[in-house]
This record gives sequence, structure tokens and C-alpha cells, in this order.
Amino acid sequence: MTEVRPIISCRNLSKIYRMGDQEVRALDGVDLDIHAGEFVAIMGPSGSGKSSLMNLIGALDRPTSGEMWINGRALSEMSRDELADLRNETLGFVFQQFNLLARQDAFQNVRLPLRYARKDVGDIDARAKECLELVGLGTRMDHRPMQLSGGQQQRVAIARALSNRPSILLADEPTGALDTRTTDEIMHLMQDLNRQGITVVVITHENEVAGYASRQIHFRDGRIESDSAQPDLKRAAEPGQAAGGRT
Amino acid sequence: MKVGVATSSATEALFSNPMRSLLTMLGIIIGVASVMVMMSIGEGAKAQIEAQISSVGANVLNLQPGNMNRGGRNQGGGSGRPFAESDVAAIGELPFVVAATGVLSQQANAVSEEANWVTNIQGGDAGFFEVNNWRVSEGREFTAQEVQGGAAVAVLGKTAAANLFPGGRAIGERIRVNSVPIEIIGILEPKGQSGGGGMGMDRDDTMIAPLSMVRNRITGGNRWVSRHVSRIQLLVQDGYDVMQAQEEVTALMRERRKISPGDSDNFAVVNFADMIKQRAAAAETMSMLLAFTAAVSLIVGGVGVMNIMLVSVTERTREIGLRMAIGARGGDILLQFLFEAIALCTLGGLIGMALGWGGVFAYAQIANAPMMVSPVIIATALGAAASVGVIFGFFPARRAAQLDPIQALRHD
Repeated sequence: MTEVRPIISCRNLSKIYRMGDQEVRALDGVDLDIHAGEFVAIMGPSGSGKSSLMNLIGALDRPTSGEMWINGRALSEMSRDELADLRNETLGFVFQQFNLLARQDAFQNVRLPLRYARKDVGDIDARAKECLELVGLGTRMDHRPMQLSGGQQQRVAIARALSNRPSILLADEPTGALDTRTTDEIMHLMQDLNRQGITVVVITHENEVAGYASRQIHFRDGRIESDSAQPDLKRAAEPGQAAGGRT
Repeated sequence: MKVGVATSSATEALFSNPMRSLLTMLGIIIGVASVMVMMSIGEGAKAQIEAQISSVGANVLNLQPGNMNRGGRNQGGGSGRPFAESDVAAIGELPFVVAATGVLSQQANAVSEEANWVTNIQGGDAGFFEVNNWRVSEGREFTAQEVQGGAAVAVLGKTAAANLFPGGRAIGERIRVNSVPIEIIGILEPKGQSGGGGMGMDRDDTMIAPLSMVRNRITGGNRWVSRHVSRIQLLVQDGYDVMQAQEEVTALMRERRKISPGDSDNFAVVNFADMIKQRAAAAETMSMLLAFTAAVSLIVGGVGVMNIMLVSVTERTREIGLRMAIGARGGDILLQFLFEAIALCTLGGLIGMALGWGGVFAYAQIANAPMMVSPVIIATALGAAASVGVIFGFFPARRAAQLDPIQALRHD
């Protein structure tokens, strides 16, 4: 194989939810490769399957069928504990609702992944401080989430996601609860992190946000509708138009 | 590392809702307090009984005429044909008998120069002091020669001495018992009350004198038995089976009293230590009952803890999801909630212990019993509380640990 192995790889990935006797195909046979260093925006209307994909990539959920690999490791072959360690060491999560622990200050929130780490992470306090400084909150380490603005809370969440030096940063609508100016700040931060070598995958429905990414993938009805890295994919997704659309 | 994060999260959760924590602990508090009171009372009773056994002597046998059941009920004991001094001598010949003494006793009026006091005068042999493990603290005991010669000497118990000689000095003084002048040669060390609960007799209100002198000059002889004694006490050699000794003494006395094989004994051989042990067994039963009560309240408390832990897991499902998303393993979550339950119970245990201490103190005041709070009791009470935390915290903690990360994260 001459090609560089992708950091995230999905093959024929499906996720089916059952609601009563109805089946909802949230993901329907998705093939996707994301390479190290990419900045990918996943877009699509709600219910298109983008969040389901994110949960699978984040090792938070298991697919109904299909297989996925992160750093070359097949997730289906990993135990619950191994998946936890993968989330801890390789992945960093940023959520729309920040999901900070309300009773703990920024510093303690950022320390949390480091404290769950099983590998040697060195000086936890120093690393937490470093991450908060990186997101520009070095002076607010002892603030609790309630004492911080939305943008600041999301920065804390990003610092937390970075603390264990993950190779992949996953953000699910990270700016959904933020105003435009703050959105720009957060996305610039992500761009910076991406330039430092972290693979970033962002879910968004805003074109401005997606504009920060180097690659845009659109989802519809559980399938990839378009992928900026593969311009000819569209006909595969919509076979009805394929013949006429080809030029 | 994971233990650290579990404990800090647990204590934080505990103090974030102090009122709820306190109410949850209530059952544990009551349970631990009752464990503590129960154990202290039990231990106190045990110590008291042990003290009694050592004061009576575990390997002392008492022979009494008349029918006295093994169970301890005295059916007119002493009313039957008394023993004779020759019986005492025969018993003294048995290889396992260290010392033996006959006893004759009577209430008598003693008069000193200072006071007038009704007390119990007991005639005994020189072996009396050894058999009863009762020694003089001042002066001396009477000798075998004095017993043989019928010397008019006596040793006073502490209470009798204090009443007859309020001035203090008794040794060398004379008293008169039924007009017989008797010289005081010693004072016995105090023995205290017999029987428990402060209702026994004062064993120090007594006077011990040579058996022959007491019979000849105070109680008078017996119509059918010459040189009679009303009781015999004997000390069995250390390490010799007391039950075996009891059987051999019984056999000897049946022979001497010419009881034919089918007939029942007309005397009784009693081991007081056995009787006390039976009482101890009764106290043990009581203690078991209290332990059962304590166990029930601990279980009720534990169910309360389990209930609130289940509520806590549900309330914090999202937090659990987040912790899992950033890399907490199931085991980390399990530990966190288990620690929370244990911390809840241990804290309740500490409060319960303080309360139990107060209860023990109050009991000691009211019942005039010794206050027994040993490290073993404290360890047991705390251990019980922590175990309740482990047992009743495990199920909710496991439930938290088995949550599905994505479902937990979506929970609201």
C-alpha cells in the first residue's frame, strides 16, 4: 500500500435505531476516510446522520453493521475499557452544550481527563494550566462555569479536550450556542490547533463555520451526499441523476 | 490516579447537598449508635461476670446438704443432714484437691468497745482463705493449730471491721460474740458485692473464725452428726477437669453417706462459676437480641443509602456520560459512586458513634455499670457502617458503571 493509512476509516457503516416497530436508518452504508492533519466539516440537515457518525467516530456508540478503524485499530474488536482508554488518549471531545462539571472550576475541569489517564501524563497541574493558557484563559482558572461566558466555557471545554494531547479533536456543533463573534474566535482556535497537527472533525450546519475547514462533507438521509475531497462522489449518492449529471 | 478522582468526586457530591446526605445517614447513625451501645453493654456485662467468676473461683466446688438442683434452685439447702469434719478430711485426701474447708455460719451479734454490729460469722478451716482466694490485707490468717485448738481469734471483713471499729484500729482488739471474747488478728481484702446489678449481698460484711471454736462456743453442735459442718468448699487443682472432679466428689460422698445406687443424692455439689456462666449465657442472648435490632436498623439505613444513590446516579447520568466520553472506564465510575456510598455511611457511622458514646455514658450513669468503649467496639461500629456502604452502594454504582456512554450523554 503506497497510500498513507487514514487516521479515521469507515467502511459500509450503518446505524439503525428502532422506534417501536419502525426502523430509522441514521447511517446507511457510509464509507469515509479522514487522514491525519485534515480539518473536516460534516454538514447536513438534522436527522441526516451526521451526529450518529460523530458518536461512532468518538467511540461513544457502536454501529449496527460495518466497521471502523481509528489509528488502524478496529473498534469492533475493542472492549469497553479499551474504548474508554481510546477516548481518553486519542480523542478529544467538544460538545455544543460544553458539558463542564458545574461544581468544579475551570482548572479542575481541564484536569479531569488527565486524572483518568492510565498512561503517564506527567505533571497534571502543569499540563492543565498550559492548556488553559493555550485557549487564553490562564487568568480564569479558578472560575466556575457559571462565572464564565459561553465562549469562555467552550474554551475551557476545548482546553479539557486538548489536555491529554489527543490526535483527533471531535466537535459536535461547538458554536451552536455562541454568537457570531465568539464563533469566529472558537473556530480560529480550532484552525490553530489543526495547524499544530491535530486532526479536527467539526459537525455544523453553518456554512461560515464549515468555511474554516479544509474539507466539507454533506450528509443526507444517512449517506454522504457530497465530499469536497471527492467531487465525483455525488453520482454515487444520487444514482438517479448520475447519468445526466456526468460531464 | 483513578482512586484519587473517585474519592474527590465522592466527597464533593456528599457536601453539595448536606441536608439530603444527613437525612440519608439517619438510618446508619441510629444503627451504628445501637451497635455501639449494644456492644458496650454486652462487654460490660461480660467483664462483670468475669470479675465475679474470678472472685468466686472457677475451680471451686461447694457441697451443701439437702436437695440442690444442678440448675441452681435451692430447695431448702442446708436443711438436710449436715456433713462431718471427717468428710472434709476425706475430700482433702482426694488427689486433685488442693485445699478443702468445712464451713459453719450464723448471723451473730458482735460487740466491740466502740460499736455493736450484726454480722455473719463463718467458721472455717485454715484452708478457707486459699479455697476462697481471699487473703488478709492486714494482720494474719489463723493457722491449722489454732483451728485444732479452738482458738478464740477471728479475721474481719472490711465492712464488719469498719462498723465495729469506726476508729480504725482493729487488729489486736477484742470483740464479744454471744458473750465469747474473740481477738481480731486480721482484716480481709475487700471482695465487694456478690451477684450483679448492685442487688447482691455485701460479702465484706463477715467475720471468719476457726471452725471448732465457732461450733463449740457459738452455733452449738448437731444432734445427729458430731463435729458437723454445714458446707464444704474445695479447690480443684489447676488444669484438672472440674466436671470430673465434681463427679468424683459426688461418688465419694454418696459412699460416705451410704446412698444406695438407685437413690438420689441428699446433697449437692455446686460449681458457682458454672452458675455464673449460665447467667452469662442469658446475658449473651440479650446481647444477640440487641445485635439483631442493630443489624435491622443498619439494613434499613443501607436501603435508604441505596435509594438515594440510585437517585444520585439518575440525576447525574449526564455527568457520568461526560466522564465516560473523556475516558473514564466503567471501573472509575463504579469506584466513584461506591466511594460516595461508603463516605456517606462512614460519616453517618462517625456521627452514630458520637451518639452511641453518649448513650453508653448515659447507661453507665443510670445502671451504675462500668463504661466499656474499647477500640474493638469502635472498629466494629465503623466497619459495620462502611460495609453497609459497600453492600448497598454496589448496586447503584454498578448501574452507573454500566451506563451506555452515548445514552448517558443524551440524558436530561
